[in-house]
Amino acid sequence: MSSFTTFEALDVRSLDASSSMPMPPSVRKAGAPLVDIEGLTIGFDGPAGPTTVVDAVDLQIRPGECVALVGESGSGKSVTARSLLDLVGTGARMNARRFHIDGADALRFDASTWRRLRGTFAGLVMQDALVSLDPLRSIGQEVGEVLAHHRLLRSRSAIALRVRETLARVGIADPEARVTQYAHQLSGGLRQRALIAAAIAGEPRLLIADEPTTALDASIQKQVIEVLGRRVHDDGAGLLLISHDLSVVAEIADRVLVMRAGRVVESGPTNEVLSRPQHAYTRQLIAAVPSSSSRGSRLASARFEPVRAVDAGVTEMRLVRDPLPPRRAAAGAAVLEVDGIGKRFRRGGLAGSGAGFVALHGVSFSIGPGEVLGLVGESGSGKSTCAKIVLGLLDPDEGAVRLLGQPWSGQPERARRALRAKLQYIPQDPLSSFDPRYTVSEVIAENLAGRSPTQARSHIGTLLEQVGLGAGLMDRRPRTLSGGQRQRVAIARALAAEPALIVCDEPVSALDVSIQAQVIDLIGELQSRLGTSLLFISHDIHLVHHIADRVLVLSQGQVVEQGPVDDVFLRPCHSYTRTLLAAVPRPLAAWPG
Amino acid sequence: MTSSRQAVLDAPGRDPLAPAAARRVSSRLPSLAVMLSALFVLLLIVATAAPQWLTPHDPLEGDFLAVLQPPGSGHLFGTDRLGRDVFARTVHGARYSLCIGLGSTAISVFFGVLLGVAAGQKSRLLDEGISRVLDVISSFPGVLLAMLVVIFLGQGMANIAIAVGIAGIPKFGRVVRAQTQAVRGADYVTHACIYGRSRLQVFVRHVLPNALVAVPVTATIYVGSTILATSGLSFLGLGPQPPTPEWGVMLAESRDVLRVAWWPGVFPGAAITLTVIAFTVLGHHLQRRFEGRQP
Amino acid sequence: MSAALWRSVAGRLGGSVVVAWGSTTAAFVALHALPGNIADILAGDLDYPGLREAIAAEWGLDRSLAAQYVDFVRRIALGDFGTSYELRRPVADVVASQLWPTLQLAAAAGVLALLIAVGVAVLTAGRGRLPRAVASLVELVFASTPVFWLGILLLMGFSFTLQWLPVSGAAGWQALVLPAVTLALPTAGLLTQVLREAMEKTLEQPFVVTVRARGLGEWRLRTRHVLRHAALPLMTLGGWIIGGLLGGAVITEKVFGRPGLGTVTLNAVLSHDVPIVLAVVLLAAFVHVAASTLLDLLYVLIDPRLRAS
Repeated sequence: MSSFTTFEALDVRSLDASSSMPMPPSVRKAGAPLVDIEGLTIGFDGPAGPTTVVDAVDLQIRPGECVALVGESGSGKSVTARSLLDLVGTGARMNARRFHIDGADALRFDASTWRRLRGTFAGLVMQDALVSLDPLRSIGQEVGEVLAHHRLLRSRSAIALRVRETLARVGIADPEARVTQYAHQLSGGLRQRALIAAAIAGEPRLLIADEPTTALDASIQKQVIEVLGRRVHDDGAGLLLISHDLSVVAEIADRVLVMRAGRVVESGPTNEVLSRPQHAYTRQLIAAVPSSSSRGSRLASARFEPVRAVDAGVTEMRLVRDPLPPRRAAAGAAVLEVDGIGKRFRRGGLAGSGAGFVALHGVSFSIGPGEVLGLVGESGSGKSTCAKIVLGLLDPDEGAVRLLGQPWSGQPERARRALRAKLQYIPQDPLSSFDPRYTVSEVIAENLAGRSPTQARSHIGTLLEQVGLGAGLMDRRPRTLSGGQRQRVAIARALAAEPALIVCDEPVSALDVSIQAQVIDLIGELQSRLGTSLLFISHDIHLVHHIADRVLVLSQGQVVEQGPVDDVFLRPCHSYTRTLLAAVPRPLAAWPG
Repeated sequence: MTSSRQAVLDAPGRDPLAPAAARRVSSRLPSLAVMLSALFVLLLIVATAAPQWLTPHDPLEGDFLAVLQPPGSGHLFGTDRLGRDVFARTVHGARYSLCIGLGSTAISVFFGVLLGVAAGQKSRLLDEGISRVLDVISSFPGVLLAMLVVIFLGQGMANIAIAVGIAGIPKFGRVVRAQTQAVRGADYVTHACIYGRSRLQVFVRHVLPNALVAVPVTATIYVGSTILATSGLSFLGLGPQPPTPEWGVMLAESRDVLRVAWWPGVFPGAAITLTVIAFTVLGHHLQRRFEGRQP
Repeated sequence: MSAALWRSVAGRLGGSVVVAWGSTTAAFVALHALPGNIADILAGDLDYPGLREAIAAEWGLDRSLAAQYVDFVRRIALGDFGTSYELRRPVADVVASQLWPTLQLAAAAGVLALLIAVGVAVLTAGRGRLPRAVASLVELVFASTPVFWLGILLLMGFSFTLQWLPVSGAAGWQALVLPAVTLALPTAGLLTQVLREAMEKTLEQPFVVTVRARGLGEWRLRTRHVLRHAALPLMTLGGWIIGGLLGGAVITEKVFGRPGLGTVTLNAVLSHDVPIVLAVVLLAAFVHVAASTLLDLLYVLIDPRLRAS
């Protein structure tokens, strides 16, 4: 039976390449594995000695199968994926017990064999088409390059035709026009599709997608995943999907491999791994993702505990989390009142009145003491403009903002200075908000005016302990710290002024899941203890559901829906909110708390 | 929003797996070169301040009995066509190159920084105006600009220093302008009012120091260019006149005796080359050291 | 070509006209801002009967400053640079007759430098430690070598010792070889450094991984993709390089005793022949402006990201 299907598979492949006949279902999942790796180890020689980036990894991908490699940064997932095309880079030492690509021993391949494979056997899709496609060449040139280089098609018109077909296949309408355009002229979703088109133009049997949806809006993420998934199921190709986001992977992967520090800690069918994770790290990864069910608890403390061992065979696992300190009841006048603000930008992003692009219109909300207000919306919804107006960096064209009852918007900076300490912020990218010449203590000291140096230093030490960093980091440069540590320094700086309201602008979107959990816990704990109000801006709906009391949904500069978090997310009224919720991958663990 | 997320996830436009190994290696390699360069510059300073420590001969006095002696006993670099010791002249010549080089760099830095910081401010008009002025200055090739200055102001050391200094203003002006604009747009500047800082305080504490971070590095490398330019102008006869032992002048004089004597032509030129190399290497080393501090 | 593109092209052309006008104005201001009688300055070292009258008539010294300025700009724009009193010929004649050898030299040196730079950069960018270290060292030495010293060394080696090439003059292509090589090498040193750094920076970009993943080899990758990216910073340097070539040509002409604009200008400086120096300097400035504008436009052509703005 197997030899018959192999013969049939061969037969199909030998057909004229310009007719893309989908493979009959019978040969889709059968057939020799595209990739068969056992015991892969990859190391680099760094200045501090040799390091092992990938450690004894086994990986198998069959035709028509979607395998996902999931892990946080530094887990070795990208390096593993690139090794399938020998694109790990110079200076890498690669070793494996078995390393078969397309049935042949790849350890014996020379450079020209690898070059022949790339683009024809396997295609690579990376993050962010804006930098992954040559910005100086048109979309048509990029998509057609693999065809011209490998001489898959001879004539220019045949190549042009195939390029247009491929663009249409990834769902780009009007491919005629797109062919002469450049990557920066296309929107985010279209660009990413063009990138996929460039990778599949040569009809590879394996598609490697390295974080293809990171840094995209949720709705576009969904579309891109859909395109990738279609490629697998319709055309019988294999897909290796690399991501740090388990929920994205859950949608289309057949099998999942969880990697940590270069090793595969768990692997198996997606459903199995996600619903009954065996390894502690996988459990931690799943449990650390925020959702509505994790409200009021510490994400980083999540663990699985056995409920009861009814019979010897099955042990039911239950997700348990430590609670955060309870929130004090909010009482008193509103901390922030935003009344009908609007902002208009001239073409090109210059502020001013007159015809142009409306960033905000008629936005009103208020934040009470000790309350956390979430602000969600996709890119271009006006979230950052709103944040800037609240922070007093921009003045609104209409409407007013009041902070602690005092007029805030439209005031000269001198009048506002007295209140500045009461309003702080936590940035998305802490490093660019630090003066590059400053040490950690200097960064925090910026917010501690009017103290003697010794007083200030001891206070900074206290603040650092409060955010979970040792006082020993005081004289370090932020550049030498990790992403999570830098964010903690930013939090310490914000707290130094003892603010009544902190604007958190996507504070954790750049962090790994486990670090994200820790930082969110920190923010939550400080908020509970100190009773500080938060304006929490994020694109991550589940995160907002976890941390916020009320939420504001922005779309194209207008408030589309507003209300308590459960109401808005579980019983959405507005169609946009519903679309937004539908686009987001459903949370992984809807465990009873 | 999306792009700022992307920018945060990895360094903008850089493949996260790109081997930084090659970079790291080359940053270790010149440590020997850096030491040698520093030693050479030290030597130059000694030659400028106290040339008598390095050579007993008088650079201006010629021994007519020892004309055009090849390098050997008594004369390390030989003697030139007037019997003067070439080594002594080379050592004494260091002060001219160094002083003119440093002087013209100082002029370029001072005016360049002034114009650059002004151009980097908010006013588009000021920016355009200053940029055009810089364009006009840089449209004159250095050597020709110097000729213009010399024909109006006369020959001599100071004037070619002024000429080369003016020619160098656009370089610093543009670098500082670009840095100032970049720094002014950075988060730590735009959000500094949150910490209660006035605009002047922000300018003095954040914008200026960060905008000028590249200046010492650029200046060190630029000293090499000025030394090349000024010695070239001296070679053409526009700078110090003979018998001043300036290296460019010495090379001009040596051209007549090239057929029979190689040493008056080789050593001064080697001195210029080594000086330029030394400053360039030191400048690049500073650049690598301060790379992390760039905004 | 969209309307936005035409607008940016027009803007750049307008800018360069402004700069050219600015250079002319600067020359005028320099001339008149100096201490001393302008007639004396223009007369230089000379004084023969009828000289002062001729100067006054030609330069309109009896009219107001503003009128003189307008006249000056008009004459320069039309190519009339006045008369050289030293040589008693119209400046335009003098310049035109000596222009060709200098242009020849500068062009030959420029092309040679570019070829060397592209060749070495493409071969050594991103390769192993040793070739890059050697290339870096060689580039550093050449970029630090004064043009006149290099010329002297080459003269000694090839003309005096080996006697392969003529010592001076401009007869035939053999006389062009040494001067062109002398001028080309330091420029090549600088160009190679810039190009190689730009190429290495480009090779670290993510799109390079994507291109490699299509099966392209190193050579195709560099020539089809990376070179175009690396050429961009080179083009911003282009105007400065051309200015340097013109200035370097002056020096090289002295070393090799080659006739040309450099020799003429140098003699003019030493004999205080202001009109000639003024003319040559302005001419060089215009060439620089024209070259920079051309390169700017080429830049926009190559980098589509600039076309929208």
